[in-house]
Amino acid sequence: MSVAVPQDPQLLEVNPPLVPGHPDYHDVTEQISTIVEGDVRTTPMKYWITLACTSSIVVLLGGMLTYLALTGIGVWGNNRPVGWAWDITNFVFWIGIGHAGTLISAILFLFRQKWRTSINRSAEAMTLFAVMCAAIFPVFHTGRPWRAYWLFPVPNTDLGMWQNFRSPLIWDVFAVNTYLTVSILFWFTGLVPDLATLRDRAVGKVRQYIFAALSMGWRGSARHWRHYEAAYLILAGISTPLVLSVHSVVSFDFATSVIPGWHTTIFPPYFVAGAIFSGFACVMTLLLIARWTLNLQDLITMKHLENMNKIILATGTIVGYAYAMEFFIAWYSGNMYERFTFWNRAFGPYWWAAWSMYTCNVFIPQLYWFKKLRTNLWVMFIISITTNIGMWFERFVIIATSLTRDFLPTSWGYFHPTYVDICTFIGTVGLFLTLFLLFARFLPMIAISEVKGVVAVEKGSFPKERQEVH
Amino acid sequence: MPAPLDLEQIKDKLGIGADKVYAVMGEFSEPSELVEAGKKIRAMGYTKIDAMSPFPVHGIDDAIGIRRSRLGWIVVCFSLTGTATAIFLQWYTGATPLTSLVKYGLSGYPLVIGGKPLFDFSFSIPVAFELTVLFTAFATFLGMWALNGLPRLYHPSMNYKNAHRASDDRFLLMVEADDPLFEPKKTADHLRSVGAQEVEVVEG
Amino acid sequence: MSLVSIKTAAPTGPKYWRSLDELAKTPQFREFVEQEFPAHADEMLEGNSRRTVLKLMAASFGLAGLAACRRPVEHIYPTAKGWDNYVPGEKLTYATAVSLAGQVTGLLVETHDGRPTKIEGNPDHPFSQGAATALVQASLLNLYDPDRSKSVLEAGKETSWSAFEATVKSLSLGDGSGLRFLSETVASPSLFALRADVLKKFPKAKWVEYEAFQRNAGRAGAMIAFNEAVSPQTDFSKAKVIVALDSDFLGQDWQTPLPTKQFSSRRHMDSEEDFDKINRLYSVESQFSITGANADHRLRLRGSEIKQFAADLAAALGALPGLNVLNNGTDRRSKFLAAIVKDLKAAGKDSLVITSPRQPAIVHALAFLINQSLGSTAMEFAKSGTQERVEAGVDALKALVGEMNAGQVSTLVMLGGNPVYTAPADLAFASALAKVAASLHLGPDEDETAASAKWHVPEAHYLESWGDAVTSTGVATIQQPMIDPIFGGRTAAEILALVSGSPTTKAHDIVKNYWMSTFPGSHPGETKSVASGKDAVKEITANPAEQAWRKSVHDGIVSGTKPQETAKVTADAKRIAAAWATEPKAAEGGIEVAFVPSASVFDGRFANNGWMQEAPDPINKVVWGNAALISPATAKAKNLSDGDVVTLTRGGLKMEVSVLTQPGQADNAITIALGYGRERCGRAGKDVGFNANLLRSSDAFWYAPNVEIATTGKTYTHVTTQERGLADGMNNRPLYREVDIAEYKKNPKAIEEQSEVPPLHSIYTELNYDKGYQWGMAIDLGSCTGCNACVVACVAENNTPVVGKDQVARGREMHWIRMDRYYVGSEDEPRAVEQPLPCMQCENAPCENVCPVAATTHTPEGLNDMVYNRCVGTRYCANNCPFKVRHFNFLNFHKGDSDILSMVHNPDVTVRMRGVMEKCTYCVQRIQETRIAAKADGRREIKDGEIKTACQQTCPADAIVFGNINDPQSKVSKLKKQERNYAMLAELDIRPRTTYLARLRNPNPELEA
Repeated sequence: MSVAVPQDPQLLEVNPPLVPGHPDYHDVTEQISTIVEGDVRTTPMKYWITLACTSSIVVLLGGMLTYLALTGIGVWGNNRPVGWAWDITNFVFWIGIGHAGTLISAILFLFRQKWRTSINRSAEAMTLFAVMCAAIFPVFHTGRPWRAYWLFPVPNTDLGMWQNFRSPLIWDVFAVNTYLTVSILFWFTGLVPDLATLRDRAVGKVRQYIFAALSMGWRGSARHWRHYEAAYLILAGISTPLVLSVHSVVSFDFATSVIPGWHTTIFPPYFVAGAIFSGFACVMTLLLIARWTLNLQDLITMKHLENMNKIILATGTIVGYAYAMEFFIAWYSGNMYERFTFWNRAFGPYWWAAWSMYTCNVFIPQLYWFKKLRTNLWVMFIISITTNIGMWFERFVIIATSLTRDFLPTSWGYFHPTYVDICTFIGTVGLFLTLFLLFARFLPMIAISEVKGVVAVEKGSFPKERQEVH
Repeated sequence: MPAPLDLEQIKDKLGIGADKVYAVMGEFSEPSELVEAGKKIRAMGYTKIDAMSPFPVHGIDDAIGIRRSRLGWIVVCFSLTGTATAIFLQWYTGATPLTSLVKYGLSGYPLVIGGKPLFDFSFSIPVAFELTVLFTAFATFLGMWALNGLPRLYHPSMNYKNAHRASDDRFLLMVEADDPLFEPKKTADHLRSVGAQEVEVVEG
Repeated sequence: MSLVSIKTAAPTGPKYWRSLDELAKTPQFREFVEQEFPAHADEMLEGNSRRTVLKLMAASFGLAGLAACRRPVEHIYPTAKGWDNYVPGEKLTYATAVSLAGQVTGLLVETHDGRPTKIEGNPDHPFSQGAATALVQASLLNLYDPDRSKSVLEAGKETSWSAFEATVKSLSLGDGSGLRFLSETVASPSLFALRADVLKKFPKAKWVEYEAFQRNAGRAGAMIAFNEAVSPQTDFSKAKVIVALDSDFLGQDWQTPLPTKQFSSRRHMDSEEDFDKINRLYSVESQFSITGANADHRLRLRGSEIKQFAADLAAALGALPGLNVLNNGTDRRSKFLAAIVKDLKAAGKDSLVITSPRQPAIVHALAFLINQSLGSTAMEFAKSGTQERVEAGVDALKALVGEMNAGQVSTLVMLGGNPVYTAPADLAFASALAKVAASLHLGPDEDETAASAKWHVPEAHYLESWGDAVTSTGVATIQQPMIDPIFGGRTAAEILALVSGSPTTKAHDIVKNYWMSTFPGSHPGETKSVASGKDAVKEITANPAEQAWRKSVHDGIVSGTKPQETAKVTADAKRIAAAWATEPKAAEGGIEVAFVPSASVFDGRFANNGWMQEAPDPINKVVWGNAALISPATAKAKNLSDGDVVTLTRGGLKMEVSVLTQPGQADNAITIALGYGRERCGRAGKDVGFNANLLRSSDAFWYAPNVEIATTGKTYTHVTTQERGLADGMNNRPLYREVDIAEYKKNPKAIEEQSEVPPLHSIYTELNYDKGYQWGMAIDLGSCTGCNACVVACVAENNTPVVGKDQVARGREMHWIRMDRYYVGSEDEPRAVEQPLPCMQCENAPCENVCPVAATTHTPEGLNDMVYNRCVGTRYCANNCPFKVRHFNFLNFHKGDSDILSMVHNPDVTVRMRGVMEKCTYCVQRIQETRIAAKADGRREIKDGEIKTACQQTCPADAIVFGNINDPQSKVSKLKKQERNYAMLAELDIRPRTTYLARLRNPNPELEA
């Protein structure tokens, strides 16, 4: 656990404290737990109204998926040549968003970035919810969803057949499901000590039983902590390559195909960068809202936000580089189909999609070079949203422009979304927000024990000679 | 500063013997104190020492003599199992001939696909990697609980009056009753001597 | 089929029994039981014993679901096996013939358990030679059209046959002065005979033949040229230089595969020797026809200007003395004319000038004159029988309408056809019809005419009735039924017999009697149909005529009929010059509208045929509708763009139609296909497209000059199967490849050099397919004309669903083989090339690699298989197919199929459910069928050419060749060895099994420059 790393005094002056106002451990417990323990009636009305809206959108999603399953993929705008359209666009979009959580928890953890502590919990939760939304699409985009389980290596007695392990789509199935599982384990592991805290504070049998069960009898013994830390370290250790692998594998769906605009070796790093980019932007959006509605200024400080903006700037620029490189390679390859595809991407019928993507993903984030802008709440809120719009377009542009005009001009087409396409996507957004709101209200949004660790460090209350750990 | 309490009196009052005692526990308000105290207590020759804290206190392991976790070794074995499983799955299902097992859906089923070989490491890597990670994660998660002997609903240390604050803002140090040097009264005094407050004999 | 797009699934098809009781009550059932179980009739009808119930079940199945399974009572003789040793599930093939607008094609029809399921050409028939056109292929679907006419109608109300018969008998026809017959072109010898009798019996009666697309201009031309009733007999295979004056002989002008067969025979360039036989085609036309697309040189002229061109050509060749050539020097027309003249002179007897039935008689006369002056052997003439009081053509119809309006017609018998719809608007046929006391209409559909006639009776489909048909060269075929009339229809002969009160009123007897009387050793009046088995054998041996009859029915060619010998006639230049002098000159300026038969619905009789509605137009690729085709230049001038709805007005006639720019269309000329805008039609054809007959008038039957064009502000969406705009060109991609034969002779590598294929290495050890059968296909772009026959044949063979206009608009058409069309050259003077595109069956198939559940895999014989029941429908394979030949069932496209419609399905091919991918399988069911046959037949090798894919079998140009590429002697291997053989997108290392033979053009160097 990184919190043991002491804060060098000079460093402390340079970096403002992560938990300002030197609260006591108990204050931290109070501040975070009360959100969860608060009486339903005391929860601000704006929360319930928002929840009502989002959950009604979930109902819409249910309706759309039922209609789709009963009628067929034809209710979407997909066609020949555009076999994949919004379905896979949304899938990649959500998976991308789902990357920030694990990234923040795992990679920043390994890099000893203490500022992660107040955001990692919500980031992890966001990952879970995003991946859940993503998982909807691969299942329902199949022509026969009731056969979707054939994508898993379960013995099949009617045909005796197995999966085709040459197919990137199968790799995808393994990657996404592994990712979902590991994320849940990681998230729950981190949650246990806080659940114990809630258990110990719980009033009323019901709450006590619930939290007692969830906290698995955790009592914070030193013997627990050492295994716990080992486990957390391992989970973080494996999550890091995992998170990088997931979007690489997703990118293989395209990179290993023969279609110009898909068949590109740059995809894996480019997709991962894009995922981090969109993920951080999404965390940013949510945190800003949470910070505002639940008054968490002391725990989610400007420093956290600024650091995230720096990452957004960095990844956005990487993505921009990837775009440029695609064009260069297309030209340099001398392959007429490649050249046409990229010319068509920027100036063909989908020019509008392409240019909104370049603008949102490459040009706008450049504003973050200026400290004034990257520390302005409104600016970062807007950019966090434009970034995600841009990233949605990135996936759409890659899928649609490449498919609509490939090798044979006689099979060219165009894609028009139907209302079902649109409502299904909106529905997943509603699902995502609903899950997040519930989480924010009923589980500790911030890792209590980790923050206390930071508090301890910042008040230097660790024995002197123990300070050169790790 | 509470009045020093007479252990014998308590015994008499409550009619309990040392055999019923689980441990003597005392509390501190900062991790640094806990670590210092832990070291001192250990120096006195106690071996069955434990601590409870709302967040991991570094150095406490060495202070009270807890060995490093063996979790890593357990996990490695499972990771390799994961890799092996993945490779076997892909080789068996794709590159072994049809057998009568097919009626249970358990036979290999070789098919020529896209002019590629029936099995090749090149296209087995992604699945192998993912399964390795998956097995590792489960091994880690379950292994951790197993080593901690959790989940469990009851633990004697919960009888300590401030046990519930161990998850909030108190750092508890305890010497367990099965320690050879354990003598409720003396041990309690030792705890106080290293600065523990609210020292208490906890029954189990 | 087409109905799936229309959600209103109104209950149609025969009235099915709902409960056994109800069933037992119906009159059909009584009748049925009498026929089927005479012995137990009473027992069955009275009651409820268990036996009865079981019989009822059995019977009701016979009656309802599979009326089809009932055998006709007369005896028919399958070419394969007799019914006696028929094996359920095994297909039987019968020979028959179809007559379309008087054009006859001999057929072999495949039946499964008594259901005709596939139509093929009869290899022994001179007009078919094993091939069939798209329309003929699709005529099968008309048999099972659930919207067909099902019952006798009196003034629109349902009544019975007996009532109808009573009425007919009660008619007082006297000497027939008030009796008129109106039919489509008759090509049935027995009907000829019957007609002669009837006209003899009613000496004042008259008979008019009318078609929306009548082919009688040739005869009229012959009258001018020879002053004799002869008809031209053309043999395109004899011509090296062909000048098509507005002729669409590769398209709709002939309704048989014959011209394409003959033309393409000089386009198969398989060896050095063949190079010399290549023909050269010049096309002078108004609209872009597939004949124009196959021409080496094409000149755009308005239809009405073509007669002038013909005259100039005749004059320039010196065939028409005393006429000075209209030749103003250097324009395209003059250059073209000069080049043709030179070429024709050079070709001499190997030349042919051919024109279209849509051109006036004088053009035909001029063509005959030119051919004779060149000594062409490609066109000869044969006496054509005439019958007095039988008139054909629009003028005859006009006369008839005159009589009807004058009240001189008391009884009008309409045998087939739909004159109310097809007659030119100025004749106002419907209102004339109202003036006729007794009007009887025999027709397959409850169409516009059925609605306005007093009586309508359903006509039997040619696959469910006895008949006969004779080609224009005199080769006759007996038409035998494979199934009892599904909706109880009757044939024209039967109705005619009824009207004339002749004793024999059953089609079988009429036909058989006629032919028996022509066979040696016949006994006239022999009508009783003989039993099968031993008695039959006795009878046959007893009676040579019976033998001849059975052989004729069996073979599909009446034994003893052979092409009639040609007549020696010489064209009289003076008569022609005289006729030319009186010929009105073409109107200058203005907009001219041309009417052409639709390649999809012909004259409207296929309007309710989903297969044809969804078969894209060969050139503009429009489906489910027609358009006012207009040249880009004219569109600009008139400021019109695709989809604009305009009003066309001429005299009192007026129609609304939507505009579509057609590159290569003559300027100031609009072309509209006939057959659309049907008002009373089945669900598929109703109100689809625009009705061009509204603008058609008897004086301007094919070309309407000086049409006013006005915009309406409305717009309409034309649905095409190819994205317009950029997709019309090939973007310099080496997909369709062609080269001038001259250059190819110099440099055989010319084709290969058109694309750069880098050295291809796989990181895997290559699989080698060198054992057993290795199936492959070669498609000769040189001979393919783009006629669509393969597309429709594939639909029929593989149960491909019809998805409807809306779904095609979304790019979800399901054709396993599609006809890709590219324009080459400028927008005004483009060439068009056609490329049939089935699945390429790649050895390194990109689609297989990406399927997560291994639903598409490779067989050891190199087939790219699709496992429908394993497919989960991720559509990844379709995305990764470079040719986009995989088709996904986005919805349940068979949802609307009624039980009757489902009878058309080929039982050897799965009907795919929604959510699964499908694609061309190289007709794997045919491969397996042959494999089994070969195995049963002593495990012998499958012979080359023994397996024919559906597209290959029907191809009139023999452009598709399928076979074992592992056998160096097979035709396909030999073709693939040619230098002009190329694989599309070979640079992807996908190794397509389907390869193309590049087209060899034969342009005239003088015009190329």
